[in-house]
Amino acid sequence: MAITALNQEPELKQYTLSILVRNHAGVLSHVAGLFTRRGYNIESISAGITERSDITRITIVVTGDHKILEQVLKQCQKLVDVIKIASLKYNESVTRELAIISVNARHENRSKIIEIADVFSANIVDMAEDAIILEVVGNARRINSIIQLLSPFGIEDIARTGVVALAYRSQIPPIN
Amino acid sequence: MRKTGAEIVVELLQHYGVDLVFGYPGGTIMPVYDALYHSGLRHILARHEQGACHAADGYARATGKTGVVIATSGPGATNLVTGLATAYMDSVPLIAITGQVPTFAIGTDSFQEADIYGITIPITKYNYLVKDVAKLAETFAEAFYIARTGRPGPVLIDIPKDVQLASTEYAPVAQADIPLLKYTPEPQYEFDAQLDELVLLLRAAKRPVLFVGGGAVISNASVGIHRLARKLSLPVTNTLIANGVFPSQDPLSLGMAGMHGTRYANEAIFASDLLIAAGARFDDRVTGKIAEFAQRAKIVHIDIDPAEVGKVVPVDLSIIGNLKDVLDGLLAKLEAVDFEPQTKWLGQIKEWKEKYPLTYTQSASIIKPQCVIQTISELTQGEAIITTGVGQHQMWASLYCDHRHPKHFITSGGLGTMGFCVPSGIGAQLGCPDKLVVTITGDGSFQMNLQELATAAYYNIPVKIVILNNGYLGMVRQWQEMFFERRYSETHLEDGNPDFVMVAKGFGLEAFRVTRPEEVRPTLAMAFALPGPVVIDCRVEKEENVWPMIPTGGTVKDTIEH
Ligand SMILES: Cc1ncc(C[n+]2csc(CCOP(=O)(O)OP(=O)(O)O)c2C)c(N)n1
Repeated sequence: MAITALNQEPELKQYTLSILVRNHAGVLSHVAGLFTRRGYNIESISAGITERSDITRITIVVTGDHKILEQVLKQCQKLVDVIKIASLKYNESVTRELAIISVNARHENRSKIIEIADVFSANIVDMAEDAIILEVVGNARRINSIIQLLSPFGIEDIARTGVVALAYRSQIPPIN
Repeated sequence: MRKTGAEIVVELLQHYGVDLVFGYPGGTIMPVYDALYHSGLRHILARHEQGACHAADGYARATGKTGVVIATSGPGATNLVTGLATAYMDSVPLIAITGQVPTFAIGTDSFQEADIYGITIPITKYNYLVKDVAKLAETFAEAFYIARTGRPGPVLIDIPKDVQLASTEYAPVAQADIPLLKYTPEPQYEFDAQLDELVLLLRAAKRPVLFVGGGAVISNASVGIHRLARKLSLPVTNTLIANGVFPSQDPLSLGMAGMHGTRYANEAIFASDLLIAAGARFDDRVTGKIAEFAQRAKIVHIDIDPAEVGKVVPVDLSIIGNLKDVLDGLLAKLEAVDFEPQTKWLGQIKEWKEKYPLTYTQSASIIKPQCVIQTISELTQGEAIITTGVGQHQMWASLYCDHRHPKHFITSGGLGTMGFCVPSGIGAQLGCPDKLVVTITGDGSFQMNLQELATAAYYNIPVKIVILNNGYLGMVRQWQEMFFERRYSETHLEDGNPDFVMVAKGFGLEAFRVTRPEEVRPTLAMAFALPGPVVIDCRVEKEENVWPMIPTGGTVKDTIEH
């Protein structure tokens, strides 16, 4: 029962797309614009140059249904600047995001917050009389959990980078 | 040799074989106009940038070459928007060159600054803002390559004034030197196996239909379509912009399909068991209700653009490639195969043609718009290039013209741009000086871009402009009649219309008015024989409707005949 529930395809799914593009000033507008125009919601987008300064990797997390995804991938592939595009499977890729969280930390709560930070290997990067700023790295689930645990103390601000991802190189044989 | 950016632009245009450009000058593009001055490159001064853009489009559609339009920054550039979107929707190769404020002023809301790069991202195949004069050669190499190849489309190059004035060593860039371009105009998919599959489908089909679209015009696939239809006795239907790919008088022709298509084309698609779409993109004006479109048929989709496959309708077999090559491959495979014509199916189609012919009520006292179009077609024997505006007259031109050749019916299909008529006629005429070009338009469409009459008069471009003047925004009025209980909200033009004959004469054109059916033929014949541009104002039946019609989202069963 539990297993079938996990395998069930929900109507709307999140996809992590990794797109290599020619690096120039307007390329992000070209790519991002395509997604919004074709009715796809961008959850996060991040971009940075690769080992070659003339190539940028854009990582986009989108939600939508599978049929539209196929169409958007084809449209995206067609963009003149796109060199390569891949839809990364969650269990076949390293997926990371960084969040900086500013949380209220009155004296009596400090140790509790530090304890949570420890569990998540989050760095404390700033500490004031009544506030702490943490930095945490992980997949979306990990970041969402620390946010959830910290919210009772009162989160003042969050900055998230959006997901970056790469497909695994190693191959693990299936367990039988 | 050192040259300025502006000189390089002009040299590059000549390098890529451009012999004619359309445009309109202004502050930030003045260096380019200065470089044009002694260049010998022919420039046609339109009277509005939209007119220039549609003219470049008409030129491109009539000749198969790449059209070029030049405009200044800000309002000049934004005036190109409708023209670019029109070309983009119908996959027309254009290069638009715009001036931009100097690089140091970009982003300061400086005089006549508009982010035309940002504005045109969704309506161009690709676009550029060139900030370095040394990049011009490379940019133009890419731009022409992208505009012309694969599924063609408009490409915009925005050039700040200081870049036009800066100088650099100049040498044109060979195509192969374009760095990093992964753009593949014609994905080299193998389609041999798919062709075998298609042969099997064709052999099994009892009710096959060939459905051709604009891709067939672009890839010059007319001959292949012809041979395929002949070999298999395949009935052929077409989209609006594919008129002429297959001769409309051929017994196998079903004419245009869709909302205002022929009943027999729509019946055939509905009943078919194999629909082969060749360079068509299943626009909603063709499909109507998607769920019931060709619902009994296996659908085969041949297209150069992989993103078109499965976009609107699920397909059973797709073949990605240049239609001409695909057809050549298919015909080679079919050579050894004997096909019996599907006589029962052809009989059924004949029956539909007899049962549902295209008809209208003739009149001895009032000019019928359909009759004007038939007369034009008879007088020109299907050899004229026809351009149109958008509306009822466009549909009648599509339905009642004798379409004999591809690239002879030039119309804004995808965007449906009123005002395309006159400037596209001018462009087509400049591209094909030996052809008779007839622009068929409505009184509404004519008044959008009628300033281009000055262009036609000044350069003596002998386009013949026939206005089917019904005093209404006819197509909208027809919908109001049918779906809004005859509330003719803001569609009555007659009282505000100027005297088109006087207007045309004011611009320096010959002009005639026809009000009686018996005047139509002699006036048109006389006008077509004149050496210069002419406007003919035909006062036609005011509330004539376009039939047949399948209302939005309907199927052939919902066809309204009259
Ligand atoms: C630029 C533009 N504006 C509005 C429309 C909507 N529209 C479609 S057909 C039509 C009426 C066209 O009237 P006219 O050119 O007189 O042609 P008719 O239908 O009377 O033959 C209108 C307003 C359009 N297609 N294009």
